[in-house]
Amino acid sequence: MSSATTPPDSDPTGRRQVHSMLKLYYGMNEEGKVESLDPCDINGPHFDPEVYLNKLRKECSLGELMDHESCTVKQIRSLDSDMQTLVYENYNKFISATDTIRKMKNDFKKMEDEMDCLSANMAAITEFSAHISGTLQDQHAQITKLSGVHTLLRKLQFLFELPARLNKCLELQAYAQAVSAHRRARCVLQQYSHMPSFRGIQDDCHVIMEQLAQQLRQKFRDGGSSAKDLSECVELLLQLDEPAEELCDKFLSHAQSRLEADLQGLEAELIDSLFIDRGCNEFVSNLCLVIASYQELFINHPQEGELASKKIPEMANGKLHVFVDTLAARYFSLVERRIQEEKGVGDNSLLVRALDRFHRRLQAISKLLPGSAVPSQGTEIVVRAARERIKQYLSALQTFYHDSLTDVRQALAAPRLSVGGASASGELLTSLSNFILNQLKSVLASVHLFTAKDITFSNKPYFKGEFCSQGVREGLVVSFIKFICQSSRQYCESAGDRGGSTPPALLLLLSRLCLDYETSTISYILTLTDEQFLVQHHTPVTPVTALCAEAREAAQKLLNHYVKVQGLIISQMLRKSVETRDWVNTIEPRNVRAVMKRVVEDTTSIDVQVGLLYEEGVRKAHSSDSSKRTFSVYSSSRQQIRYAPSYTPSAPMDTSLLSNIHKLFSERIDIFSPVEFNKVSVLTGIIKISLKTFLECVRLRTFGRYGLQQIQVDCHYLQMYLWRFVSDENLVHFLLDEIVGSAAHRCLDPSPMEQSVIEVICERG
Amino acid sequence: MKMDDDAPVIYGLEFQARALTAQTAETDAIRFLVGTQSLKFDNQIHIIDFDDENNMINKSVLLHDAGEIWHISGSPADKAVLTTCYSKTSENRVLTCAAVWRMPPEWESGSHESPDDSSNNPQTLELLCHLDNTAHGSVACVLWEPLGDGKRVISLAENHVLLWDLQESSTKATISSTATLEGKGQLKFTAGKWSPHHNSTQLVTANDTAIRGWDLRSMSQIYCIENAHGQLVRDLDFNPNKQYYLASCGDDCKVKFWDVRHINEPVKCLEEHSHWVWSVRYNHSHDQLLLTGSSDSRVILSNMVSISSEPFGHLVDDDDLSDNEENQQEDKGKEPLQDSIIATYEEHEDSVYAVEWSAADPWLFASLSYDGRLVINRVPRALKYRILL
Repeated sequence: MSSATTPPDSDPTGRRQVHSMLKLYYGMNEEGKVESLDPCDINGPHFDPEVYLNKLRKECSLGELMDHESCTVKQIRSLDSDMQTLVYENYNKFISATDTIRKMKNDFKKMEDEMDCLSANMAAITEFSAHISGTLQDQHAQITKLSGVHTLLRKLQFLFELPARLNKCLELQAYAQAVSAHRRARCVLQQYSHMPSFRGIQDDCHVIMEQLAQQLRQKFRDGGSSAKDLSECVELLLQLDEPAEELCDKFLSHAQSRLEADLQGLEAELIDSLFIDRGCNEFVSNLCLVIASYQELFINHPQEGELASKKIPEMANGKLHVFVDTLAARYFSLVERRIQEEKGVGDNSLLVRALDRFHRRLQAISKLLPGSAVPSQGTEIVVRAARERIKQYLSALQTFYHDSLTDVRQALAAPRLSVGGASASGELLTSLSNFILNQLKSVLASVHLFTAKDITFSNKPYFKGEFCSQGVREGLVVSFIKFICQSSRQYCESAGDRGGSTPPALLLLLSRLCLDYETSTISYILTLTDEQFLVQHHTPVTPVTALCAEAREAAQKLLNHYVKVQGLIISQMLRKSVETRDWVNTIEPRNVRAVMKRVVEDTTSIDVQVGLLYEEGVRKAHSSDSSKRTFSVYSSSRQQIRYAPSYTPSAPMDTSLLSNIHKLFSERIDIFSPVEFNKVSVLTGIIKISLKTFLECVRLRTFGRYGLQQIQVDCHYLQMYLWRFVSDENLVHFLLDEIVGSAAHRCLDPSPMEQSVIEVICERG
Repeated sequence: MKMDDDAPVIYGLEFQARALTAQTAETDAIRFLVGTQSLKFDNQIHIIDFDDENNMINKSVLLHDAGEIWHISGSPADKAVLTTCYSKTSENRVLTCAAVWRMPPEWESGSHESPDDSSNNPQTLELLCHLDNTAHGSVACVLWEPLGDGKRVISLAENHVLLWDLQESSTKATISSTATLEGKGQLKFTAGKWSPHHNSTQLVTANDTAIRGWDLRSMSQIYCIENAHGQLVRDLDFNPNKQYYLASCGDDCKVKFWDVRHINEPVKCLEEHSHWVWSVRYNHSHDQLLLTGSSDSRVILSNMVSISSEPFGHLVDDDDLSDNEENQQEDKGKEPLQDSIIATYEEHEDSVYAVEWSAADPWLFASLSYDGRLVINRVPRALKYRILL
């Protein structure tokens, strides 16, 4: 307040002062402004005039005081004039405001009057409006009624026009339109059929619709119409209350006739290699189409109203299943016939691909017709085909095996080169074994196609389990190995007795083959199979050991039989030579008989033959000069001991004493006994058989003096050459001793030849 | 009975021997006849009596000075009469002849007690007649009419079948009919057997690998089993109880059983020997028991129940059985019986050429090996009781 009284120093500062004062008045503090506390600041709030004056007086000179005074005065004056101006301005404003308020007061009064008037008018209007609506009520009801009548009339008109319209539709073949029109009218006509006029219309409509239905049926029956047309027909007929069952039957019989045509076409081309293709493309796809459209029509079609209650889908579904089943059965029988035609085992991939296609296509049916047995039957067919295939492969393998054996037989029989022939049987064995193995491998590869990943049926449980274990492993591989053993054994049995039909070399070769199978090939093949087919043995399978045992048995049997046959061949020669000769009246021996040379030659060639396929084997140690062994029992001195008693009737028992003592201490010799898998054992067996035959034949004859000597020579010759082939040379010695001894017994004039002479004759050859 | 009842009894001959027969007409004593083979000495016929009670052998020797004996056969009617096939050497020619002989009546009384004396002073066989064969060649065997009156014999000579009638107490033999085998190949008969069935009107012979049946009324062949054995057929025998059944053996080490109505396949085949089988004999009473002898020095007794006339064992009435033990054995008997080898006898050390069942005791048999060893064996008692009870 004090500042207001103090003259403002200058304009701007004065203004600010006012401003700030107003602010103070209104309770607003100027922020940021630091109030000067200086009491000498003339514009500050703490200004103290006394201090200010004192200060001025102390500090300023007179001149300065004067100047200061004048300056201050000037400022005071300008402040005063400013104040005056402001007051005036405010005053004028108050005046004009008062005026305005007064004027407003008058205006409001007028407005109040007008509002009163308005409310009066509104009341009048309300009254009027109520009045009007009251009067219009009757007319409105009448209009509504009229419009109803109008609609009814329109409907009636539609009804009256219906026959004509239907006729027109019929002419234009717009069946769908006609049916929908009739459908709309049908209920009404039904309802009012007691009225003659409607009755007439209804009858007309009936006739027309009958006609229409007739046409539709005709069209339906007409074979040429497309599936889409057909389905339209069926739909319309259904809407015409045609019995759905009959329609189904008709539809199906219609479809059947077409599919039958397909099937007949297929049947005609049964031998064609593209059979499955055609079958898939034509029959199966057509069947799928039929199923799809049928389902569209009868099963999936939303049925409304009364139709729904008839349970058409169930009925239709049943019919469809029967239909599909019968046709599929026919198709399957064709396919099976076709598959049976497929006998050649050359390329399995074609068959597998065909089966795959066949199977794949049938999956489409399973998608369309979930409950159908058709796909599983199809799988059955594939399974059967696969089984059949395995059988075919087995028989093919067997044929191949037989053919290979025939080849081997021919190769063995063929005139052989002197050196080449010797190695031939070894080569034949390797090549035979390789042939068989390769063939088996290729068959396995072919069969493996059935389980390839990209084949749809390969993941069926049969192909994962049974096919691999029971089918391929047991049915094919094991059976084949068993077959080899079996047929080998047959060589021993059927051909065996006379030994003529099977060449001994073949027996030997087969024996080695079986032995090789036992040692390695079987386990190799089975491991290969198990690996290729990832066989999981759910069912018990033939163990490798059993097969090996069988192969070994076969090998043993073959080798025994070989020994027997070869032994018999030599036996026959010896037997003939003994039986046909007149031993009483023979001449003094000068040579070894040719048959003995032949025996040695044959034994040597057998030795070579066996040596190519079998190992040497062990023989008992023999004296260094076996070939030179002097026949102690034959030597004249010993001979005297042995035979001398023969001349003295007093002691006949001594005759066989030596040989009996010998027998007491030697082991019993089994002549036709099993041999071991080595050369020495085989040769021992053959020589045993031959010499025993020689012995028995000698015992049946009676000898003259030279007959005995001839036997001595022959035996010495055999001794010289045979010892080297056998495991125990004592065996040969023993048997030959027996022969000579028996000949001596059977001799009318037993005077043996000098050992030295025998040796000379034998060395002369 | 003694503990060693089943032990074999062995008798040694001084000479080699092939011919053995039971004394067919003798039904009381167990008696075998053995003919020796010796080119140097007088041949003998040893009469071997087996004393079952004491397990002892009594022997008598009769001289057979005609030659070495290849085959011997006793008359079914007269126990003193027998035939032999013997080889005779004359002018460097060996021929096998056949003759009918009578044993001197004194042999039994004279030699029984002191066998040593008999060997010193052997008696000689009395020749009844020769089956003169000079026209037909060597005789392989002589067959008596089974169960006959001892008046008819058949001799097989080379490829001829000769049917003889013995007249005037067997002192005269006349050929009543003959048949000759003609054709290719080895036609010499090796063995034969006169069938006891069909009123003794059938004969079976073996030549080479074939077995032939003959009708003696017409002297014609009625069947022929070609290749019956892989090699030579050595011996034949008829099943005494089943008229169409026949056993054969041969050089293929096999014994085969034939039903002569179906000759394509043998009914059964045994392959137990390891060398030629020379002799096969059915037991006269129990035809499941079969004896074979082989040049592997073995004798095998087989039980061929399945093809015998008693395939289900002996049928016994329950009344006959009194105690539990027997009941058990009855149960055993009713089990389905299997063909089996009963025993293999290895007492011989040389080839066994002949085996024979005793005519008197069906449980006893003899076998003869070339070295002159005769072995008498019994059917094992366990088996015997099993068959009987």
